[in-house]
Amino acid sequence: MKGMGIIVVKVSQIIAPVIFLFGLYVIVHGHLSPGGGFAGGVIMASAFILQILANGAILPKLRHEEHGLEFLESAAILGFLILAGLGLIISGSFVFFANFINRGVVGQLISAGFIPIENIIVGMEVCAAIATIFIALVVFKDEVSE
Amino acid sequence: MILFILCFILFMVGLYGVMTRKNLIKIIIGVAVMEYSVNLFFILVGYVDGATVPILTKGFEKGPFVDPLPQAMILTAIVIGLATTALLLSIAIRLYRKYGTFDIRKINSLKG
Amino acid sequence: MEIYLIIMLVLMILGSIYSLHAKDLLSAVISYGIVGFGLVISFLLLQAPDLAIVQVVVEIVTLVIMIAVIKNTTHEENEKSFSFSTIFYLAVVLVFAATFFIIFDKMTGTLSSFGQHFTRMSTAYIEGAHETGSANLVTGIVFDFRAYDTLGEATVLFTAVIGVLTILRLKGKKKDYK
Repeated sequence: MKGMGIIVVKVSQIIAPVIFLFGLYVIVHGHLSPGGGFAGGVIMASAFILQILANGAILPKLRHEEHGLEFLESAAILGFLILAGLGLIISGSFVFFANFINRGVVGQLISAGFIPIENIIVGMEVCAAIATIFIALVVFKDEVSE
Repeated sequence: MILFILCFILFMVGLYGVMTRKNLIKIIIGVAVMEYSVNLFFILVGYVDGATVPILTKGFEKGPFVDPLPQAMILTAIVIGLATTALLLSIAIRLYRKYGTFDIRKINSLKG
Repeated sequence: MEIYLIIMLVLMILGSIYSLHAKDLLSAVISYGIVGFGLVISFLLLQAPDLAIVQVVVEIVTLVIMIAVIKNTTHEENEKSFSFSTIFYLAVVLVFAATFFIIFDKMTGTLSSFGQHFTRMSTAYIEGAHETGSANLVTGIVFDFRAYDTLGEATVLFTAVIGVLTILRLKGKKKDYK
């Protein structure tokens, strides 16, 4: 896939970090306002997609990124399971996914026990999954045309 | 009731697309339309007149809320729908590489 | 309120019908976008902003992926004119539609009408919201009461990604194993 003109590349370089930051904001405030891990993860993945569309496919770099994202996705699921198991062990109530951290006050940023941590993990997982799918399509097209 | 029937008609349009179209991309579009209509139906069932968004804020701790359970179930279903659509598209693109067409009649007659 | 939803749904139905009959695949995909964005507005009208945020981003990413696939392959639509088999399939669809409609009518007869929903199941969730400590009740349900659902969702997403990578891989990673 060929990249686009210099203006598009520069503007996307300015905009993509802002989109990424907005995704992080949506994830971190998931337990207070609309949004959460699913929405924020897809927003972060769309920042990746914007960069790839603007810059074009640089194959070795994309293959490298694909391996990294696969690792990130597997690590996120493992983290989710470990968190669930910790709830089983620490809370002592023999409940998988037991909320073992102090809840705090409803409405504050640091509250709701481990729900923000779960939000972050799910956001990582969704972001890695969707970016991997798009990169796989781009890499496939370029390998065919080689 | 008319909203439920319109939602049903949307589902039927998707089914019609899956059964009568001969192009792989259009079949995938039909599957996605069916999925969307089911998502919408769940949320339509959970709506309550005069209720607000299910978020606790100052002054709205008790107030009547929309049913949050269907929303939580559909939230995961939407993201899964994206992944399954991408899986279907990758199968379609692979078939195009092998047979050079999206027409399922030609793909069917070239087998063996 | 209800009239806006009816307008949105009629628009979505028209968009999907046009999308299935378009002559060019690119216009089919773009008019498929009508369905998704109409769904976003319906979610906003139905007081579900969580879903609206997810749906708007997912719809954009779906359209980008579909257009990437079509630019990759071909635009042309090779639909022939009416033949006998088309009429046969239409008859099959009509039979299916009639059967489904009878079942649908019986099933929705037990539901309360639109807007009169009685939150019997969710009362426990709404009252137990203070136990989770999350201000957003949807997040509280997704990650606390129903965390198993989320685990299953993560597994399905992982499986789909592995499937895409397996199908689209041209060269094996290591050929020395033979």
